[in-house]
Amino acid sequence: MSLDILAVDDSRTMRDMLRLALTQAGFTPHLAEDGIDGLEKLKGLTPDVIITDVNMPRLDGFGFIDAVRTEEEWRRIPILVLTTESAAELKARAREAGATGWIVKPFDPVKLVKALHMVAG
Amino acid sequence: MAEIRAAFFVEAEELLESLQDGLQLYDDGQRDDETINVVFRAVHSIKGGAGAFGLDELVQFAHTFETALDAVRSGALDPDGAAVKLFFRSADILADLVRAARDGTDLPADVTGPVLAALGELTGEEEEEEEVDFQPATLSLDLGGAGGDAGGAGGLDIPGLPPLPPLEAPQAPARSTWTIRFAPHDALLVSGNEPLYLLRALAEMGETEVSCDCTELPGLDTIDPEAAYLAWTIRLDCPPPEGDGPPVDEAAIREVFEFVDGLCDLEITAEAVEPPSDAAALPPLDPAPDTAPGAPADVAPAPIAAEAPTPAPADAPAAAAPPAPDLPRPAPDSKPAAKPAAAPAPEPRTATRPAATVRVDLERIDRLVNLVGELVINQAMLSQRVAEAGLPPNSPVATGLEEFMQLTRDIQESVMMIRAQPIKSLFQRMARIVREASSDVGKEVRFVTEGENTEVDKTVIERLADPLTHMIRNAVDHGLEKTEDRVAAGKPAEGRVTLKAAHRSGRILIEIADDGGGINRPRVREIAEERGLIAPDAQLTESEIDNLLFMPGFSTASEVSSLSGRGVGMDVVRSSIQALGGRVAITSRRGEGTTFSISLPLTLAVLDGMVVGAAGETLVVPLNAILETLTLGEEDLRALGPQTHVVQIRGGFVPLIDLGTELGYRAPLDNYMGSTVLLIGQEEGQRAAMVVDAIEDQRQVVIKGLEATYGRVPGIAAATILGDGQIALILDPPDLIAGASGRTRAANLPLAG
Amino acid sequence: MNDQARTTEQMTELLSFRVGGQDYSVPIMSVREIRGSARATSLPHAPPYMRGVINLRGTVLPIVDLAARLGLDVEGDEARNVIIVVDLGERTAGLMVDAVSDILTIPDSEVQPPPDLAADGARGFVSGLTIVEGRMIRILDLHEVLPPPGEEAA
Repeated sequence: MSLDILAVDDSRTMRDMLRLALTQAGFTPHLAEDGIDGLEKLKGLTPDVIITDVNMPRLDGFGFIDAVRTEEEWRRIPILVLTTESAAELKARAREAGATGWIVKPFDPVKLVKALHMVAG
Repeated sequence: MAEIRAAFFVEAEELLESLQDGLQLYDDGQRDDETINVVFRAVHSIKGGAGAFGLDELVQFAHTFETALDAVRSGALDPDGAAVKLFFRSADILADLVRAARDGTDLPADVTGPVLAALGELTGEEEEEEEVDFQPATLSLDLGGAGGDAGGAGGLDIPGLPPLPPLEAPQAPARSTWTIRFAPHDALLVSGNEPLYLLRALAEMGETEVSCDCTELPGLDTIDPEAAYLAWTIRLDCPPPEGDGPPVDEAAIREVFEFVDGLCDLEITAEAVEPPSDAAALPPLDPAPDTAPGAPADVAPAPIAAEAPTPAPADAPAAAAPPAPDLPRPAPDSKPAAKPAAAPAPEPRTATRPAATVRVDLERIDRLVNLVGELVINQAMLSQRVAEAGLPPNSPVATGLEEFMQLTRDIQESVMMIRAQPIKSLFQRMARIVREASSDVGKEVRFVTEGENTEVDKTVIERLADPLTHMIRNAVDHGLEKTEDRVAAGKPAEGRVTLKAAHRSGRILIEIADDGGGINRPRVREIAEERGLIAPDAQLTESEIDNLLFMPGFSTASEVSSLSGRGVGMDVVRSSIQALGGRVAITSRRGEGTTFSISLPLTLAVLDGMVVGAAGETLVVPLNAILETLTLGEEDLRALGPQTHVVQIRGGFVPLIDLGTELGYRAPLDNYMGSTVLLIGQEEGQRAAMVVDAIEDQRQVVIKGLEATYGRVPGIAAATILGDGQIALILDPPDLIAGASGRTRAANLPLAG
Repeated sequence: MNDQARTTEQMTELLSFRVGGQDYSVPIMSVREIRGSARATSLPHAPPYMRGVINLRGTVLPIVDLAARLGLDVEGDEARNVIIVVDLGERTAGLMVDAVSDILTIPDSEVQPPPDLAADGARGFVSGLTIVEGRMIRILDLHEVLPPPGEEAA
């Protein structure tokens, strides 16, 4: 059974690309368009990894991660943050928020898969 | 991939639209967090998508723009009027860059430079090249399906990483050996990282011998299942890389620990290059371990599976304890919506979130429109046959047919409206024209719109763009007075241009108004006389003088600003609108301003027409080109030249044309007395009295193109299919009049009257 | 490759018909349908070989009077005419002919180029000749026959 990945990003283009890359790599992608939508999706699905963008309407990435980390059943799910810069402060902030790792946007599918394997086998 | 790229450009247009909306709200004074965030996110998302497709110039620009917006967002920058103007300009350029990227064209050389510099100044930065990581997504890469199938095959063939070599492989010099000591902190586990996967990643780089240090592990009664007690020492033996692969170096090893940097103790030591030992103290970590939660199978005594941070296994002690205290619970920065699942407070005026939509190929819609057109025609044919069959009008069949007709009309209207879009995008384009025009001529202009959600057929929107642009430019350039004149006249220094759209009685009404000086009628008259457009002593009403502007050859400005002198007169504007089946009128009050009113049909696919006969052929004349119908009487007809006549109508003379002759169907009639004549043309354009042999009917017809199947026919606009299945040609009156010979007399007959 | 020419030779399928008393044909691949004649709506200022347009299930189809186009004697009752609807990429048109004859399968080797006779006006419209059962069948060059798209009716 392939791993379930929940990917949250407000850009339709980014969602399309994530879906394509994840499917090609043998994962099962689930998509959400912002933090609120992501939380909704989590009610019916416990993914193996969560990938989330930071800048989103309604509930942004950090708020989303915060909410996820608060809930017992989701606390352990590895979370990768999509950042557009690899600046050190962003990584620190991501980690502070509870993220497990990060992927730089625009993402290289190889690196994406590598990152997924580092956090979810 | 091409599909996603195309979808990106569609999304980019939406983002550009919300960017405009957001900036507009901001400019109007709504400067709350959400508004700024909308603006920021729009640019941010465009940058993200553009990066994925390697659109460098766009990314660079978006990045600088985004940086400035970020400064506003964080409160570091409080933009003044000039800054907001700069943002508008940047948004315009961003739009240009997006479209250039989409169409594969280039922007003129110096457009972006000054704006980038100005943005840089705002944020007080040197315009440094931030390393923005472009990695065009190479999604065609087939990654060969990994990710844990049944049986736990977690191994991934990542190109570039050397596979595990057989032990007997001959030694090559680039073999390297490392000793890695890895001790996770509690925080590492809390962050969701899993040492197992990290060790596995190492195992994929070479042969590993792993030993686990359990000395810190407390007894079962004191253990905290969520704390980290174990440490590992890994001896990593990397074979020489295959082919041109990079050798494994310390950086590559550190990369495995990238996410946990700072969340663990990590020591990496390289050892001397040496041949691999034959007997490994422990067999290398199987790259396809069992998926049972718990310590790796080969690791030396790990009596308790307790350190597994994987989703709580059933046998682990209830993990009710809160996570280790050394990771501070992050307090999110003030974000627009801090609490999860709480709906954000409704804004007074949010940029509209698009309603649920479906994306459909335009081709499919056109096919549907065609089919519905067929339905209408078929139903008309049916009506005709029923009538011919002699059924009484109130028979069940006739009434049923009547209802059917109504239903067909409704369907047709609904289908036509599928192609309708809000006119908002056109309005936003005009907003930009106003900005550029006002900046070019140095006038302060306020642009007001109304009815931006009015829905208009897509094609109509596209074809309105040019005429509207011209009228808006005119309004700014000529309509509005110079600032000092306005002030002198007691008007506000800021001029006002208004653009309105609305549906009214089955048509679309568009108004362009300015609060400028109004039409200078004496001057207009003067120019018209100079150009020979009117006779010096002609009596004209105010409205007739206004309409002189529409005459070809009339060009308004005596002072040439950077905008006029483009060679597009109001006459072209009017004919463009008429080509859409519309009308345009002017009203103006001296000192107060000028208003252009455009009326357009809702859709282009149907036409209200008059069915006429000429020389045995049936044709359709568009209703909006028919001014009057008359019967020719003795006193109306006058000879002009040896082959032509004119008709006297309301004090003026118009040429007589014979439709049958003009289309080449027959020779001119001997005598036109008593003929049915349609006065065709536009209110103030070329007119003609057109002789038809019979007027049959007035009805709505479905327009069928002729150009695709046959080509251009002069005087003919299109074709339609009548109720009897026959094709009738649709006239193009202006074209017909323009090319008419006017022959209404055979040359060798003596001149009449 | 294969030396047995017969078995792997390229064949052409043609639809043959009679027009103006002569035998012509068109490649079957370009034929969309065959239908009976219909009254065409004349097009103003059209060349004499353009009969007009008819309604083909909602499409406006131009009709070429093939006999007139080829400069042949037009004879006979128009009511008996047949219209062959041909497709040339973006252009579709109907050819009005006397009657449809047959479907022929001709090996390419049996198609000869038309002889270069300056006097015969119809030569330009013929792309090849073939002989079937003693009769000479001309293969029509549709590109020459159909008016080019967008041409203004002179």
